[in-house]
Amino acid sequence: MAKITFITPDNESVTLEAEQGSVMELAVSNNIAGIDGDCGGVCSCATCHVHVAPEDVAKVGAASEIEQDMLELDDNANEYSRLCCQIEISEQLDGVTLTVAG
Amino acid sequence: MSDDLNQTCVIIGASHAGVNAAFALRKEGWSGPIVLIDGDSNLPYHRPPLSKAYLTSDDDISSHLLKPAVSYQQHNIELKLGVVVERLDATTKQLSLSGGEQLGYDKLILATGARAFVPPISGLNSAKHVFTLRNAEDVNRIRDAYNQLAAQNRCRVAVIGGGYIGLETAASLRKMAADVTVIERESRILARVTTAQMSEFFTELHQQHGVNIATDKQVEAIQPGPHGDIVRCSDRSEIAADLIIIGVGVRVNTVLAEQAGIQLNNGIEVNQYGQTSNPEIYAIGDCSYHHNPHYDRKIRLESVQNAVDQAKVAAAHLCGKAKVYDAIPWFWSDQYDVKLQMVGLSDDHDEAIKRQEPEPNKFSVWYFKQDQLVAVDAVNHAKAYVLGTKLIKTQQALNKANIVDASVELNLANLTS
Ligand SMILES: Cc1cc2nc3c(=O)[nH]c(=O)nc-3n(C[C@H](O)[C@H](O)[C@H](O)COP(=O)(O)OP(=O)(O)OC[C@H]3O[C@@H](n4cnc5c(N)ncnc54)[C@H](O)[C@@H]3O)c2cc1C
Ligand code: FES
Repeated sequence: MAKITFITPDNESVTLEAEQGSVMELAVSNNIAGIDGDCGGVCSCATCHVHVAPEDVAKVGAASEIEQDMLELDDNANEYSRLCCQIEISEQLDGVTLTVAG
Repeated sequence: MSDDLNQTCVIIGASHAGVNAAFALRKEGWSGPIVLIDGDSNLPYHRPPLSKAYLTSDDDISSHLLKPAVSYQQHNIELKLGVVVERLDATTKQLSLSGGEQLGYDKLILATGARAFVPPISGLNSAKHVFTLRNAEDVNRIRDAYNQLAAQNRCRVAVIGGGYIGLETAASLRKMAADVTVIERESRILARVTTAQMSEFFTELHQQHGVNIATDKQVEAIQPGPHGDIVRCSDRSEIAADLIIIGVGVRVNTVLAEQAGIQLNNGIEVNQYGQTSNPEIYAIGDCSYHHNPHYDRKIRLESVQNAVDQAKVAAAHLCGKAKVYDAIPWFWSDQYDVKLQMVGLSDDHDEAIKRQEPEPNKFSVWYFKQDQLVAVDAVNHAKAYVLGTKLIKTQQALNKANIVDASVELNLANLTS
């Protein structure tokens, strides 16, 4: 079980619990604004962009090469950026904070 | 305008286009009733996984929902699922629904998409296991039939049609250990949708994975064989199959538009706001024939990008905002461990240059028309896709020598120097 906190574009903080699946799926199924997940989670659309809190970067891990490339579609991307369909939920993610970039 | 926002908007078709339109309407401030109708009784789901991850899994389609059920309630979007709109009367602004209900609208969005085309092939109706692949129900039936047949060691599959859906289906069925033949009428697979270079790559990819690619074959008849069916082609060749999948393209769902007397042209003709020839009625997604300002021509697209972007444009216009549709088309296809990403329209290019990276199966093809970059096809190379997306937009002059030379790093500076 992992508790994940999303900060939405309206600066709302929403904490959700999940055991499995991708972070994008968790966000979409809980209506987190700004996470669209248009491609269904196959790293093709870049509509699931989040900024990982700096202190959580180690827990969340780094983006793969294709993901890093896709992030460049968004001018808003930085070193903390991830496409959250590529983040698998596990206990390791417990307590992380993700700010929706969209 | 504020009065208009209180009106009733009915959306026919609850797939990528219709669902996105409903949510975009709320986002843009539509406060009146929104009714979203679909003949499919499942909660709206992602279609691309149908030929990919969903086919090879035993998932329920509920694990691929576009939005969770509660989202529709929270946004006050009324879903009518398993309900077909049988008639559209644009004069009285009334819809006749299956089940007998009449439903009035103020504004209407046609997001009716397309259906799988079934060509007239003799013997098709009496063949045992023939399927199209367009919706979740189709794939559920394919999975059930395949699993039953495979349990009896009958794993021969014929996929009629070598387009993206046919090829993705072939790749997925290979993963499920099927013995797959793709039967294509043209001299190369993907003939309708991409260039010869890409067709060649995908032919080899499938052959390496053990798929039989049979081109120049027009299917004439399907006949019962001693085991399973026999697919008979015009060149007299015969392909034995336990299961047949038809993937020869689609027909646009235009019946309602026809009833409303709306102008049709390779789909439902719309303006830059997604409005049809009847200003109260919009058409978005696979069913819409629209002008693309970037390429300055009219097109009909079958992609998630187009469905989502047109939905947003139509919703904005309905809410009184003058957003126009000017997206550069993009598309992806996943087959085996290959990810194809395409941006732009390559069909009228006059020059194509290929960049092969040192890694196998990693390359990009850059399409130019009069020295302007018009499209990029990227195989396992998201960087090329992303740069292509940016450069098609900015229309900068490009250094073609640096594109071809894989020892020159692919980045904006090197491409535009
Ligand atoms: C197997 C498959 C794989 C694909 N893969 C990709 C991919 O990898 N990438 C990509 O970008 N695109 C892909 N596509 C294309 C993409 O799914 C479509 O472009 C997209 O679904 C179009 O959305 P739409 O809402 O316009 O139409 P559709 O998805 O066709 O939906 C139209 C809906 O309208 C409903 N409807 C029609 N008439 C009526 C009526 N009279 N009453 C009630 N309901 C009605 C239908 O039931 C249907 O649900 C794929 C498509 C398929 C079938
Ligand atoms: S959902 Fe499309 S890239 Fe993440």
